[in-house]
Amino acid sequence: MNSSAPRPAAAAGSRAGMKKELPEHFRSYKHVWVFIEFEQGEIHPVSLELLGEGRKLADQLQVELAGVLLGGCGAALTGAAGICHSYGADVVYVVAHPVLADYRNEPYTRVMTDLVRKFEPEIMLLGATVLGRDLAGSVATTLQTGLTADCTELAIDDERSLAATRPTFGGSLLCTIHTLNFRPQMATVRPRVMPLPVPDTSRTGRIVEYQAELEESDIVTKVIDFLADRNSESAQLAFADVAVAGGLGLRSAENVSLVRDLAQVLGGDWGGSRPLVQKGWIPSDRQIGQTGKTIRPRLYIAAGISGAIQHRVGVEGSDLIVAINTDPNAPIFEFAHLGVVGDATVLLPALTEAFRSRLAVNRLAG
Amino acid sequence: MTRNHFDAIVVGAGPSGNAAAYMLAQRGLNVLQIERGEYAGSKNVQGAILYADALEKIIPDFRDEAPLERHIVEQRVWMMDDAGHTGMHHRSDDYNEDKPNRYTILRAQFDKWFSRCVKEAGATVIYETTVTSLMRDASGWVVGVHTDRNGEGITADVVILAEGVNGLVGRASGLREELKPENVALAVKEMHFLPQEVIDARFNLKGDEGVVIEAMGTITEGMVGTAFLYTNRESISVGIGCMVSDFTDVGQATPHGLLDRFKAHPSIRPLLEGSEIKEYAAHLIPEGGYKAIPELVGNGWLVVGDAGHFVNAVHREGSNLAMTTGRLAAETVADIILSGGSCSRHNLAAYVDAVKESFVMKDMKKYKDIHGFLKKGRHVVDLYPRLMNRAAQTWFRVDGVDKRSKESTIMREAWRARGIGGLMGDAFKLMRAWR
Amino acid sequence: MRIFVCIKQVPDSAQIRVHPVTNTIMRQGVPTIINPYDLFGLEEALRLRDRFGGEVTVMTMGPPMASDSLRKALTYGADRAVLLTDRFFAGSDTLATSYALANLIQKASDNWGKPDIVFCGKQTIDGDTAQVGPGIARRLGLTQLTYVSSIDAIDPSHGTITVRRRADHGVQVLQSRLPAMITMMEGSNEIRRGRIEDALRAASAEVVQWNAAAAGITDLGHCGLRGSPTVVKKVFAPPSREEKATLVGEGAANPTAVANDLITQIFARQPVLEGDLMHAAARH
Repeated sequence: MNSSAPRPAAAAGSRAGMKKELPEHFRSYKHVWVFIEFEQGEIHPVSLELLGEGRKLADQLQVELAGVLLGGCGAALTGAAGICHSYGADVVYVVAHPVLADYRNEPYTRVMTDLVRKFEPEIMLLGATVLGRDLAGSVATTLQTGLTADCTELAIDDERSLAATRPTFGGSLLCTIHTLNFRPQMATVRPRVMPLPVPDTSRTGRIVEYQAELEESDIVTKVIDFLADRNSESAQLAFADVAVAGGLGLRSAENVSLVRDLAQVLGGDWGGSRPLVQKGWIPSDRQIGQTGKTIRPRLYIAAGISGAIQHRVGVEGSDLIVAINTDPNAPIFEFAHLGVVGDATVLLPALTEAFRSRLAVNRLAG
Repeated sequence: MTRNHFDAIVVGAGPSGNAAAYMLAQRGLNVLQIERGEYAGSKNVQGAILYADALEKIIPDFRDEAPLERHIVEQRVWMMDDAGHTGMHHRSDDYNEDKPNRYTILRAQFDKWFSRCVKEAGATVIYETTVTSLMRDASGWVVGVHTDRNGEGITADVVILAEGVNGLVGRASGLREELKPENVALAVKEMHFLPQEVIDARFNLKGDEGVVIEAMGTITEGMVGTAFLYTNRESISVGIGCMVSDFTDVGQATPHGLLDRFKAHPSIRPLLEGSEIKEYAAHLIPEGGYKAIPELVGNGWLVVGDAGHFVNAVHREGSNLAMTTGRLAAETVADIILSGGSCSRHNLAAYVDAVKESFVMKDMKKYKDIHGFLKKGRHVVDLYPRLMNRAAQTWFRVDGVDKRSKESTIMREAWRARGIGGLMGDAFKLMRAWR
Repeated sequence: MRIFVCIKQVPDSAQIRVHPVTNTIMRQGVPTIINPYDLFGLEEALRLRDRFGGEVTVMTMGPPMASDSLRKALTYGADRAVLLTDRFFAGSDTLATSYALANLIQKASDNWGKPDIVFCGKQTIDGDTAQVGPGIARRLGLTQLTYVSSIDAIDPSHGTITVRRRADHGVQVLQSRLPAMITMMEGSNEIRRGRIEDALRAASAEVVQWNAAAAGITDLGHCGLRGSPTVVKKVFAPPSREEKATLVGEGAANPTAVANDLITQIFARQPVLEGDLMHAAARH
């Protein structure tokens, strides 16, 4: 077991996390860090949201807010650092190295843990994205510190401790979690939970360049290809702005096209509930719900889906949920924002046409 | 013996199947039990009454470990009209005894516990496996089962069909007729969660005391059926059931609609107020009575529990009949196999004799005509509760009318509604059916 | 191939209730299931075993009743099941859990040989953290391959593996080395229905049970509450959304009228969306 960060032995019978005093060697840990996801030349929006949230935490603690940028090309990173400044970062740690060009767990974990040990932040935030979740667990385990995953709310309590609130048991409960005796206090935060701050382009800040000592030959995992979603036909549900899904209320495999048509008019993606996959009406990569995709679109239209809890947990992060169902008692109306009691197979084509003409009219008017 | 051969295969892990498998394993037989659900109880409707006596004869000290909700200290029988109820309440501190006679249970938990007992007794239990057909030899003797899983069939000396009311295997194998709508009741149930303290206060209970309400009357909209309400520890089971044939022939109501009406009834609604509904389930109950009991034994097979239509509809008893027939079947089979005999129809007939000797068949026989009576006299379920509530109101209202006039009003209303001949006839027929 | 699959027994989320007064999960009567995400790893493991030979060992840490889930994994066709159970593990957070499981894997390796692959679930449906798999990988020095949608090539004799891995904006094709910790994406396969022989074998198979000492865990300071750097300070029910869906189009003359009503309502609530959709439509 590599327990590399030194830690005091827990007193017999006491809970390691519950001791009141922060151990001496952690007292120098200061500042709030946000790991900036930078892939394909773009900053993931969740990182900017986190800068907004981190700014608040840093102000409250009266410490600096830092962004941490890793990548292959120094010039691109410098540009991205400027964006971080405009979104609230006081300082940006930039690590440019060819080995870091594509995200890989191994070198990213190594660099992140090195940075933490060198610069000692008290809080580190990451997006609860595929990348953030892959990285956060490795970093926290290496540093032997606490990590609260998938948070929806962050606050500083009156003892300067990070109070990270997250849903648990599929959203049935919320719990607030603290990392009292270890540093940094790590948390991943769901995308689109925190508001995107308004950037201030006049804002400037420092850049700290860090030289990582990495050798490509030391890294066992090689990226041999990257198939960008924009070039593929496969479902991009998890990232779509608008999602339309159908359930058994569609009544036949042919009617899946009604869902697809509406999604197309809205420039979104489409999917369905688990029974449709089981019936073979839609491929499994289009399943939405607990064992399928979790989606967080700005608009989600559920057509003929009753809304069992398994479906609910997969969609309730959507900004606006519209439900169409013949049964006024269907559970989906409990958590949808807008509802139509009616036959999805009748309403979907009408909705497609209405959207088509509305968007066209607006385009002409605009 | 090949790996896939057992002394006995029990199809189903409900009360009858568990009773049979447990007793067989206890006697040292190599038993395989096959359950179609994900676990024992997963296909069962929650919320039920457990009759201690039948289980005591199988697991004498079951009270130490079985998941029991409340023991019943009060029984309410209600005749309901649209506005209220008239009824009988029976409550006694005598029911707070060392070994109470009846309990409310949650079937999913209880069946799981029972199933664990079966496994601990040494039986092999597999779940999520559906027996699709019986395996027969050239002479038609049942020698095992085929399942819906890939792989070979499994053989056994005897197959005990404890597969419940649907009796898929028995029907598929031609051992039994299709279910007739007039022989089956459809019951729907809901679980309503409430904090224990609220239930205690609402029903005047303390500790593990529980109440059962059974109700009939206008709530079934003219159909033959009853409604019920059981108090569990932190929930209330509420349900209603009517004959399947009545749903098509008599009423326009759906089962769910009936239940919604029952819950909204002024006598019931306050009892459920503020509760959180968690489960809704529907279940068929074989209520054809004595006359619907199918062939019970054959060469290499026998039938127990609901699959044998062992339900006493009048007293709302079923699981005790199921456990008892399961136990009697196991005893018969164990006696035969341990003495080296064959599970022929002739030898298995001892099971039928044992059932006839027990309360099971005696009760079934006692009420063999009640069904016909209710079917022909539907007014019993509707008219009499109405009359009773009217009578009670007339009697209890103090409104300046003298008591003698009230008495004659009550009598006149009854006569007008049914006629003296009708009243006498109903009484006579009911007596005959009850005998 | 030698493959370990870590699973977790979780309460079936569809049946979870929160006690209205105490705000605690009412576990009584809530059926437990194998965490659905774990089944994608288990099926992948079984397929690899069927292709290359070897054995699949399922393992978990949990209360004694977690053996039910292990037994269920055996009915799918796993060869062996190990349960790590000890009261010292109660209250473990992700760090303490990965410590215990890493030790369990170590001990299992000593007994039955080192695994080529350890499969973990992408995340659980109760905790939802997605952190235990990476924690195990880190502690044991396994190659970490999360969110794998397919294993394109694998050569156990040379210890090489090529996978497709779901990234945020696309699919990474990664070539790496065994031994690896892999979490499979949902929908990458479907758990098989075990054969009748598997069901029979599972019903009477022994689930190996180890306590902390038997698994060689001596430093209990790393276990359970004591070994968990995170502390749950507050548990509460989410503020209930009192209002249900606003119903639209009731009494409208025809579907088109309903559709127009609905669109008006949608854009009234999401004013920015309309402009964005318009731009998107214009780009087409």
